[in-house]
Amino acid sequence: MATFDLNDDSVVVIIGTGAGGGVLANELAQKGVKVVALEAGGRYLPADYVNDEWDSFAQLAWLDTRTTSGDWRVARDFSGLPAWIVKAVGGTTTHWAGASIRFQDHEWKALSTYGAVDGANLLDWPIDGAEMAPWYDKAEAKLGVTRTGDRPGLPGSNNYKVFEKGAKALGYKDVHTGRMAINSVEADGRMACHQTGFCFQGCKWGAKWSTAYTDIPAGEATGNLEVRDRSHVARILHNDAGKVTGVEYFDAQGNLQLQKARIVAVAGNSFESPRLLLNSASSLFPDGLANSSGMVGKNYMRHTTGSVYAIFDKPVRMWRGTTMAGIVQDEARHDPSRGFVGGYELETLSLGLPFMAAFLNPGGWGRGFTTALDHYENMAGLWIVGEDMPQLGNGVTLSDAKDQHGLPVANVHFDDHPNDIAMRNHAYKQGIAMYEAVGATRAFPTPPYPSTHNLGTNRMSERPEDGVVNKWGQSHDIANLFVSDGSQFTTGGAENPTLTIVALAIRQADHIAGEMSRGMI
Amino acid sequence: MKVERTGLTRRALLGRAVAAGAMAVTGAGFIAAPDAAWAMEVSVISPAQMVSLMQMARDIYPHDQVPDRFYAVAVKGYDAADKKALIEAGIAELDAAAKAQGHADYVSIGWEEDRVKVLQAVEKSVFFQTIRAGLVTGLYNQKDIWPIFGYEGESFSQGGYIDHGFDDIDWL
Repeated sequence: MATFDLNDDSVVVIIGTGAGGGVLANELAQKGVKVVALEAGGRYLPADYVNDEWDSFAQLAWLDTRTTSGDWRVARDFSGLPAWIVKAVGGTTTHWAGASIRFQDHEWKALSTYGAVDGANLLDWPIDGAEMAPWYDKAEAKLGVTRTGDRPGLPGSNNYKVFEKGAKALGYKDVHTGRMAINSVEADGRMACHQTGFCFQGCKWGAKWSTAYTDIPAGEATGNLEVRDRSHVARILHNDAGKVTGVEYFDAQGNLQLQKARIVAVAGNSFESPRLLLNSASSLFPDGLANSSGMVGKNYMRHTTGSVYAIFDKPVRMWRGTTMAGIVQDEARHDPSRGFVGGYELETLSLGLPFMAAFLNPGGWGRGFTTALDHYENMAGLWIVGEDMPQLGNGVTLSDAKDQHGLPVANVHFDDHPNDIAMRNHAYKQGIAMYEAVGATRAFPTPPYPSTHNLGTNRMSERPEDGVVNKWGQSHDIANLFVSDGSQFTTGGAENPTLTIVALAIRQADHIAGEMSRGMI
Repeated sequence: MKVERTGLTRRALLGRAVAAGAMAVTGAGFIAAPDAAWAMEVSVISPAQMVSLMQMARDIYPHDQVPDRFYAVAVKGYDAADKKALIEAGIAELDAAAKAQGHADYVSIGWEEDRVKVLQAVEKSVFFQTIRAGLVTGLYNQKDIWPIFGYEGESFSQGGYIDHGFDDIDWL
C-alpha cells in the first residue's frame, strides 16, 4: 500500500471513495497514476457490517449535522437527515441495493425530448447513449450486473413473487428480478447472494458490489493508491493563476493537514461536493470554486420516490431475501399522456420492523398506524424511482449551522415540482393496483424516505454558463478540478444512478490519464 | 379485574395498591403487573407519572398482543433527573387537556378513543413529540418484541434465508 508525502504535488487527490471516487481512484491507479483518496468516514468491511437496522445506521450513516428547508416532508419528519447515505470507505456503495440499469437514450436529452417544463431548469446532457454505451459495458462487467453479459438473474423472493404476479395481472411485460450488482453465481472472488436481506446494511457475504472491498483494495494493490480514512476535507486551495494546488483536511486526530495535488476530483455526493466548493470561496473565487455559472449547489434532484406497502390475508415475509431484486420497467418510458414527463421504475423493497415503524408513515400514531404494523408479516413492498425535475430553487447552500470542525454545513432545500407530484401519484395508483390484483386487503402510499439518490448540484453542461462541469466532469472554470459523483448529473433519468456514476467515473479516469500524459493538466 | 383509575394521589398510592390498566402501583416508587410478570422501580418521577407515561405509550402505539413490559422498557428512561421537568410539565399538560374535555385526569379515562382525543389536543407539544419519537426506537427496536410481529431479523448466522424460506410463499 502506497504512502505519499503531503508535499507531493504530483498526486491526484480524490475526495470521497464511493461509486464515483472509489472507482476513479482504482481506475487511475491501474493506469499508473498516483492517487491520494481522502475519505471522511472510517473503514468497514463485510465482517464489520451489522445486520441490525439501527445499529448499522449508527455505524455507517452520515450523521454529521445538515439542515433542511422546503415543502418536502423529509424537512418536517427528518429535519436533520435529508439523506440516508454513508460515511465510510466505500461511501454509499456499502448501503445501496444494487439496482444497475442504464439511462434510456432519450433521458440524456431531457430538454429536447420533453420540451421546456414550467418551473423546471431542464437541460440536455452534453453526452448521449451512444457515447456512454461502451462505458456502460465496462461498468456492468466491473459490477458483475446480473442479466448483462452471460450473468444469470437472481432468483425471486417471496416479496418478488407477489410483486410479479400483481404486475402481470396489470398487463406489465417488462418484469423480472432486476439487473443487479449482486452475484447470482460466485464471480470475481465474491460469493453468490445468500438471500440474507439487509442489503442496505452492507453485504456480509460481499455478494453485492461495493468499492469498499473491490475497487479500493484493487487500487491499493497497485502501489499507486493511498486511502486516508477519517480525513474530512475542509477546503480546496488554488494559486493566483486559478489552478487548484491541494486540499486542507482534518485528519483522524482532528489536526488540519495540507495535501498538495496536481489534480483534485470531488466525489463527496450531491451535498458534500457543492458544500466543499462553496466553503472553498476565496478572493479570486468569491462565490466558491467552479461557480462562475452560479450553478454550484443548484438543480438538486432526489428522484421522485415513494413506496407502496400492502397487507395480505396470508404471510409474505418480505424481509427474507435480496431487498431490491425485482423491477417493473413498463412505466419508465416517456409518455406525457399519463400527465407528466419522464418515467419511473417500480422496484421491490422491504424494511425490517424497526425501520418500518420509522418510515411507514413518519409521525403517524394510533391504531391506523399500529394495525398496519400488526400485519407486518403479511406485508409486501415496492419502491418508486422516477425522474424528477431539476429546479433552480432546489439545492445546497451553506447553513448558519457548523459541523464538528467549525465548517458551515449544507442546508438542503427541496420543493416538489408539480410533475414530481403527478408522477408519484400515478405510481402510487399503479403500485396499489398491482397489490390489489393479488388480493391485498389494505395498501399504504408511503412518503419518500430521506434521499438516497442525490443528484445534480454540480451539473454537466455543454455551455459554461449552464452548469459547473463539462462532458468529462471537468470544471468549466478550473482545468485541474473535476467532479466525479452524482452531483454532475444534468438530469436524473428514471434509473437508480450508481451504474451511471460508475460508467462516468471509468470514462473520466480514461480522460484524466490521457490529459495528464499529454501534459494538458 | 376491576380497573380503578381514580385516586392516584400519593396518599392513595402509599395507602393501597391501585391498579391502573394492567399495571398496579404497589407502593412508593414501585409499579408492578398484577400478575407479578414484571415490576419497575421509579426513583425520580412519581409512580403515577410513570403509569401515565405507560398508558400514553400504549395509546400512541397500541398493540393489543404486546405485553406491558415492553412499553415499560420503552419509557423507563424518562425516570431520570434530566427528564423530570419535561415529564412533570407534560403530564400536567395532559391532565389539564383531560380536564378540559370533562375528565378527572388522563389516566382515569376508560375508553381509548377518549384518551386519544386528549392526546390529539396535545400532539403538537414538545412533550408528546418527544415521547412519540422516542417510542419508535424504544418500542420497536426491542429485539424481544420482533417475534410478536413475526419479524425474524438477521439470517447471516444461519447462512441467509436461501435455505430458510426466502421463496416459500405458497398461496399465490
